[in-house]
Amino acid sequence: MIKGNVTIDGKICKGCELCIIACPQDALALSSHFNDKGYRYVELIHNVCTGCTNCALVCPEAAITVYRQVKQAKKEKVSTE
Amino acid sequence: MSEKLYLDEPEIELEEVYCRPTEALYDVPFHYCPGCGHSVVHRLLMEVVEELGIQEETIGVAPVGCSVFAYHYMNVDMQEAAHGRASAVATGIKRVLPDKYVFSYQGDGDLAAIGTAETIHTVNRGENILMVFINNGIYGMTGGQMAPTTLPGQVTSTSPYGRDVSLVGSPLKMTELVANLPGAYYVTRQSVHNPNAVRKLKKALTKSFQYQKLKKGTCFVEVVSNCPSGWKMTPVESIKYIEEHMFPYYPVGDIKVPKE
Repeated sequence: MIKGNVTIDGKICKGCELCIIACPQDALALSSHFNDKGYRYVELIHNVCTGCTNCALVCPEAAITVYRQVKQAKKEKVSTE
Repeated sequence: MSEKLYLDEPEIELEEVYCRPTEALYDVPFHYCPGCGHSVVHRLLMEVVEELGIQEETIGVAPVGCSVFAYHYMNVDMQEAAHGRASAVATGIKRVLPDKYVFSYQGDGDLAAIGTAETIHTVNRGENILMVFINNGIYGMTGGQMAPTTLPGQVTSTSPYGRDVSLVGSPLKMTELVANLPGAYYVTRQSVHNPNAVRKLKKALTKSFQYQKLKKGTCFVEVVSNCPSGWKMTPVESIKYIEEHMFPYYPVGDIKVPKE
């Protein structure tokens, strides 16, 4: 399975939960902590992210950065060049 | 299992595949309510501008409404217009500077209520601008009053028993209306309720900016959006409301596409 990761800017997250319902892996959830504005922000709770970018696309605050495993073919292409 | 994978291959190489637009979008938090569709459209517009490399040649016109502070977020040249007159102001800018990419960004209270005349005449003249129309069926900024696009039976603060069609008429389908005008070149209705819809909206916005170079007419993009605060719902409930109630009345899809 392709590995991915997300980083969520907890300072600007407003906890609208749209990324939680958009995540096909159910890897996101609301934190039990609050940010400076008083919102419960979103965290990655399971290490099953595939880097599909669904959460980042629906995020109204543009708070999510998505990382994905480099494709094997791409890696080989780079190494042969 | 996934942890095991990590232990077996500790040096999995990750590359960045998605991040907030850094050049075209200012690094400030949006003032919109949690879950609002406005900020998604702001971000997409600026992503498209950044990807096409037209940040220096783009001029936006901000409306009156929730998105009145659009110029606080978009790092392109912006102009504030009087209520409803964003398309008229954009017309003026485009005529003086015909080589620039001009877009107007308006909500339903601005474009479909007070600015109906300006909207219809701008499209009828076939001005080479992009008009972005955010339709959430309510006046969000002033406290959730009934808009021309409010659905029949929808409860708002000025229609507490639901919109009465016999008294105030049916919701105004602005997009179908302007699609009939000869000046319209590309007319489409998109949405922001799920990741796929966001991808399609981005494609539509990219196309609209590219069509502007052809100087064939007005591009009109309606975005069916949500207003969790105005609808008195949670953001997740508002997404369900869009799917169940908005889409039967405002079907998503291209309404007028250029003939190849």
